[in-house]
Amino acid sequence: MNHPAIEVRGVNRVFGKGRKQVDALSDVDLTVADGEFVSLIGPSGCGKSTLLRLVADLDVATSGELAVFGKSARQARLDQEYGIAFQQSGLLPWRTVAGNVELPLKLHGVSTEIRRRRVAELLELVGLSDFAKSHPDQLSGGMQQRVAIARALAESPRLLLMDEPFGALDEITRERMQNELVRICAETGAAVLFVTHSIPEAVFLSDRVVVMSPRPGRITGIVDVRADGMVAAHDRSAGARDEEGFFRAVGEVRSLLHGTPAPAVTARGVDSR
Amino acid sequence: MARIWSRFRAVILGVLGILAVVGAWDMYKAFGPEQGVLVGETRILPRTTDLAMPHSWEMLQRFGEPVTALSGAPDAFNAVYDASLFSLGLAARGWVIGVVVGLLLALLMSGFRIVESALLPWVVLSQTVPLIAIAPLVRRWGSEIEIGSYIWTSQDSVAVIAAYLAFFPVAVGALRGLKSPEATHLDLMRAFGVGWWLTLVTLRIPASVPYLLPALRLGAASAVIGAVVAEVSIGLKGGLGRMVIDYAVAASGDPAKPWAPIFGAVAIGLVAAGAIGLLGLALRPFRLTGVAQ
Repeated sequence: MNHPAIEVRGVNRVFGKGRKQVDALSDVDLTVADGEFVSLIGPSGCGKSTLLRLVADLDVATSGELAVFGKSARQARLDQEYGIAFQQSGLLPWRTVAGNVELPLKLHGVSTEIRRRRVAELLELVGLSDFAKSHPDQLSGGMQQRVAIARALAESPRLLLMDEPFGALDEITRERMQNELVRICAETGAAVLFVTHSIPEAVFLSDRVVVMSPRPGRITGIVDVRADGMVAAHDRSAGARDEEGFFRAVGEVRSLLHGTPAPAVTARGVDSR
Repeated sequence: MARIWSRFRAVILGVLGILAVVGAWDMYKAFGPEQGVLVGETRILPRTTDLAMPHSWEMLQRFGEPVTALSGAPDAFNAVYDASLFSLGLAARGWVIGVVVGLLLALLMSGFRIVESALLPWVVLSQTVPLIAIAPLVRRWGSEIEIGSYIWTSQDSVAVIAAYLAFFPVAVGALRGLKSPEATHLDLMRAFGVGWWLTLVTLRIPASVPYLLPALRLGAASAVIGAVVAEVSIGLKGGLGRMVIDYAVAASGDPAKPWAPIFGAVAIGLVAAGAIGLLGLALRPFRLTGVAQ
C-alpha cells in the first residue's frame, strides 16, 4: 500500500460563530506513515483530541484535506480502516468481556464461529483469557481499558486511534499498559495516532511526538524519537525509560511545549513528568 | 433461625406489614372515641362505629357471604373475583396500548430534537386534563368509529382511557433512557459505522432498561386506576369501578360490603406490579448499566 495511514493537509476546524468563535485547529499538516506510532501532545484546548476526532470522522473539518489510507475519512470509517479507544473504556456494562470484544464483529455480520476464535485470540493478546465471561464492572480500570483495546483491534485495523486511553489510570498501571501497548503494536504492525498529555508516555511509545499549542490549535514542532542520539530510547523495552536518549527526547518535547530552547543533555535526572 | 430469616426476609416483613395495618385498624376501632378525633370542627380521625369502620374480620367474612339476599346470588368473593379479572383485563389492554404509544413517542422525541420540543409540552399537558372530563368524550368519539364489521364498545373506551394514563410515565421514562448513553458510547457506534437502527438496538434500548422498568411499573399502576375510574365515568358494567358504586349503596345496612371491591382493586394493583417485577427479572442483565440503578 502506497498511501500513508493518515494524511492531513491544511486542516482547519472552527467551533462557533462571531465573537464566540474558537479556532480549535488552524492550518494543520501531518502525515502518519503505515505502521508508524505518532503521539499528539499539548495542553488542554490545543486541539489534539479534535484532530483525532477528525481523522475518525467523528467530527468534520471546516476546511482542508484529510485522507486515511488514501480514502476520505468518512469512507475509511465506513470501511472500518481504524480501531478506536477513548479515555473512558466505553464498554457496554450489560455485555460480558467477550461480548464487548466481539461487538464490532457482530455488528458487521461476522459468523459466530469466526467471532469466537477471534475473541479468544484477542483476549490472549491482552492477557484477559480468564475473564471472558466477566462483566466490565467486575474488572479494574486497567483491565477495562485492555478490553477496550482488544475491541479496537477486533477487525485487525491497520490504524489505531487512541484518545488518552491511559489518562484515567494510576501511574503503575499506566506504565504496565504502555509496555503492553508497545508489545501489541509490534505484534499487529498497526499505525497508531495517540493523544496524551504525558511527555514521558509520548516519548516512550512513539516514533514521532507531535507537539501542539492552543489558541489557535496548531502544531508547534515534531520530535523524531528515532533521530540520532535517541535511538537507544526507542528500543521500547521497559528499560528504555532510564536511557539517556529518553531524557533528551523528553527535554526536547518539553522545551517545545514551553517555547524555550532545548536544554543541554545534562537534563538527565530531572523530574520526567 | 438466622437462615430462615435471611431466606424469607421479604415474605416475613411483608406479612408483618399487613398485620400491622390490620392491628392498627382494630386497635383504633376498639379504643378510639366513637365520634372520631376532632380538632375544632375538623375530624382528623374517623368515627369508630360499626358503620364507619367494620371489623377487619367482618370484611373478610363478607367475602364468603352471598352478594344479595336474593336466592341464587353468588358469593361476594366470586363476584369480586370476576369483576377484578374484568378490570384487570381492561387495564392490561390499556397498559399495552399505552406502552406502545409511549415507546413510539419516546423514539420520535429522542430521534428529533424538534419533535421533542414540539411534543413534550403536550405530553405533560395531557396529564393535567381530568379523567372525568375526557371519559365522555372518548365514549362519544368512539361510538362513531366503525372499522369494517368491528364496532367500538364501551370496553374499548375504558381501555383507551387506561392507556391515556399509562403512556405518560412510559414516554417520559423511555425518553430519558434512550438519551442516557454516554458520548463515548455514541462515538463508538459511529466509529463502528453502524446506523440509527443498530445503535438503537445494541445501545439505546438496553441502556434505557433501568429507566424503563420503573416507568412500566408506574404505567401499570396508572392503567389500573384509569380502568377503574373510567368504568365509573363511562358507566360500564362488569368491572370493579361500577361495583364500588353499587356496593357503596349498601353501606348503611351492610357496612363491610363496600370494602370488598376495594380489596379487589388492591389485589389487581399488586398483580400488575408483580407482573412488571417478573419482567424486571427477565431483563436483569440490562439493569447493569452503571448509569442508574
